[in-house]
Order: sequence, then structure tokens, then C-alpha cells
Amino acid sequence: MLDKHGIAKRIAQELEDGYYVNLGIGIPTLVANYVADSINVEFQSENGILGMGPFPIEGDEDPDLINAGKQTITALDGAVFFDSATSFAMIRGQHVQLTVLGAMEVSDQGDIANWKIPGKMVKGMGGAMDLVASAENIIVAMMHTNRAGESKLLKKCSLPITGVACVKRVVTNMAVLDIDERGFVLRERAPGVSVDEIKAATEGTLVVEGEIPEMAI
Amino acid sequence: MIRKVVANAQEGIQGIENNMTLMLGGFGLSGIPENAISALRDSGVTGLTCISNNAGVDDFGLGLLLQKRQIKKMISSYVGENALFEQLMLSGELEVDLIPQGSLAERCRAGGAGIPAFFTPAGYGTEVGEGKEVREFNGKPHILESALTADFAFVKAWKGDEAGNLIYKGTARNFNPNMAMAGKITVAEVEELVPAGALDPNEIHTPGIFVQRIFQGVDYEKRIEQRTVRPRN
Repeated sequence: MLDKHGIAKRIAQELEDGYYVNLGIGIPTLVANYVADSINVEFQSENGILGMGPFPIEGDEDPDLINAGKQTITALDGAVFFDSATSFAMIRGQHVQLTVLGAMEVSDQGDIANWKIPGKMVKGMGGAMDLVASAENIIVAMMHTNRAGESKLLKKCSLPITGVACVKRVVTNMAVLDIDERGFVLRERAPGVSVDEIKAATEGTLVVEGEIPEMAI
Repeated sequence: MIRKVVANAQEGIQGIENNMTLMLGGFGLSGIPENAISALRDSGVTGLTCISNNAGVDDFGLGLLLQKRQIKKMISSYVGENALFEQLMLSGELEVDLIPQGSLAERCRAGGAGIPAFFTPAGYGTEVGEGKEVREFNGKPHILESALTADFAFVKAWKGDEAGNLIYKGTARNFNPNMAMAGKITVAEVEELVPAGALDPNEIHTPGIFVQRIFQGVDYEKRIEQRTVRPRN
């Protein structure tokens, strides 16, 4: 079983040279720590920066330089700032090659729910609906089950959805799964996790074809 | 040159009335029009509809207007950082319209650009798309979103000149240029107001035509919401 850093490491393997990438808040943010030295990628934050760098050195924080999580950041050489409409033109216009975001639930049709829990305070969707509706390539990073041990990979989302039929790949603490017209297609197992354990933790339709390799992390 | 410079925020908000619709730039607490917000609070104007990506925190940004119950309705994409906001929303004192962030930015841009509405894929099939016209383009469903405009737009820039031309700094730019376009009266506050000619026309982000009033801001606090750092070793 992976921890959140393991999930981030596995997702970092999906990055290709020349990609512009938008990372959501939470586990996705950790992906930036595991990018291979052999490739060059640039991180976009939807509040208006391309070429986002690591957190600043203590004392160098700049209130005019934050990411979409409102955290202080730095700008790398070659970085650029832009307004919010231009930022979402990059996203909607599919100039950003990969979006990684967290989810509360994903359905075997590729629907995603990550913005609202009825009865709890609704904070808003931020940029999530634009991101999931627009990206060609969306990877969801999340735990396979919730704190109560219930599957987050469902036949149908029980929570209000953020986007319809948009998620292509899910990386959890237990597995890598693709989504196609058949449902969740199991691609890889996390180290030490069996196919049966993944089956038991997946409520949505799970397709298992042949030998399922263990992730190489 | 058209006269745009006003003395301060109090002059900047002249003409504000109860129940008006305002746009306020900023993302989180970055790039918010701090001086205008203070002046609005002191003016006692009420019943405002505020279009702003966020709603500030309890004691800063738009939180200051929430404290005095001056806001009737918020149109935002994310409002998570404000306990008072939650309380006012749950008690029904505050109306909230949540909009996907990209649609919010584009609706402001469209409002300023004379585009009354546009189709976007964001929100299709979700609560946001309910009741909105759906049309398919290139095999993909889109929903119709309408433009937004405001009686006043309040924006914050780094530098500005007497002609109303603006330059922003870092990610404090965010919604400011888009909202500057969509205000019937756009009021810009800047950290540094310079004479016309002092800014390089090649470097200007917001052309002065979108700005009706400009003033030199004072006492910027520029509060950081999430201070995240690496240790200096």
C-alpha cells in the first residue's frame, strides 16, 4: 500500500518532457517533488503563473506571489504571470497537457465529485469544474477508500459531481486504473497489494485482464 | 489628457449607492483593493452584490464588509476561508452564487468586451449547468454563460499613471484586468502613481481606457494567507 508520497511518485512517472501541468491542492501538489531530472515540465497555477517554483526560502515570501492554494511560492527563470481569463484560456483551450487533482469520488464512467458535500459548508468549486471539463488528460490522485473504509471508486457518484465522463486515469494507494467504456481497468497494483484486495475495495465495475504487474516506484 | 486622478479611496468611491453591484479584484488576499474596501466599509453603504473570486478572511478583505453586514450577495468561485461568511450564509443573511473560476473570469472579460454570452464546457452535467442552454460543439456539450458587468469595479495594481494605464505585479494580477474592463466606473488603486509618460507603453497590462478613476493607495498590509517556506540552511 502506498502513502500519499508514493501516489505522487507514481503520478510523476506520467509526466512527459515538454508538458505544461496543472496540479491541484493536496496529494497532486506533491507530484512536483518527484519529477525526473531527465525531463522538463512547467507547472501552471490557475491564479496566474506558468513556471511555478518551490516554496520560497524563509524570509523571501512575497504576498504578490502565490499559487491557487494561496501558498507563497517562487517563480523560476522563464516564468510568466497572466490574468485569470488568460489562465483559463490556457486550460479550456487545452494548452495545458495534464491536470492532476484530488477527488472524493470517481465513477466507473469517469465522473468526478470533489467540490460539495450536501449538509456541510459549501466552499465552492474554484477552478475544478473548468479544469475537469477542459483537460484531455486528467489524472485523479486519491486514497482508494474513505476514512470509513468505503470505496471511493463507484458505479455512480453519490455526491454532486464536478464533471461528467472526464477522468481517464486514477492513481490510488492501492492501484493504477484507467477508465474506458467498460469501467475501471486495473493496470497496476501497489507493492504488496493483491488483485483480490483491489476488487474488494472497488465498488464500481472493475476489469481485470491477465497478470496485473506491481507498480515500479 | 482625460482627468482621472482622484485624491484617495474616499473620492474613488464617490457615487456608490446602496444595492449596487460591485466587482473587486484579487485572488485570496493577493491583489485585493485594500483601500477601496476600507472606504466602502467606512461609507456604510449596504445591500451590495459583490463579484469577487473569494470573500476574504474574517478580519481582512471583503470580510470587513461582511462584518458590517454590507453585502447582500456574493458571486464567487471559492469562499472557504471565512467563518463569518459561513455563519451569514447558513442563517440566510447572505446570498451566494458559486461559479466555476474560469467562467467567472470569462464572464467578466466578456462583460467588458461586449460579448453578451458564451458557451463553455465547464459545469455541464453539474448543478452549475442546471437550467442553462446546452449546445454541442465538436461533439462535446457546452452550457451558455452570460456576461457580467458592474456599477463599479475596484482593482488594485502595482503601478499606474495619470492616464489610468496599469501594471500589475506577480500573481496579484489575477482577476484585476478582467474586472477593470467590466465596470461602468472602474476605480484603480496603485502602489505607485506616476506621471503620464513614466510607464513604458510596451509594458502596460490594462490600457487606461478601462479605468475611470485612479489614486495612489496608502498603508498596504498585503497580508499572506498561507505562508509556506523552506528553511534557510
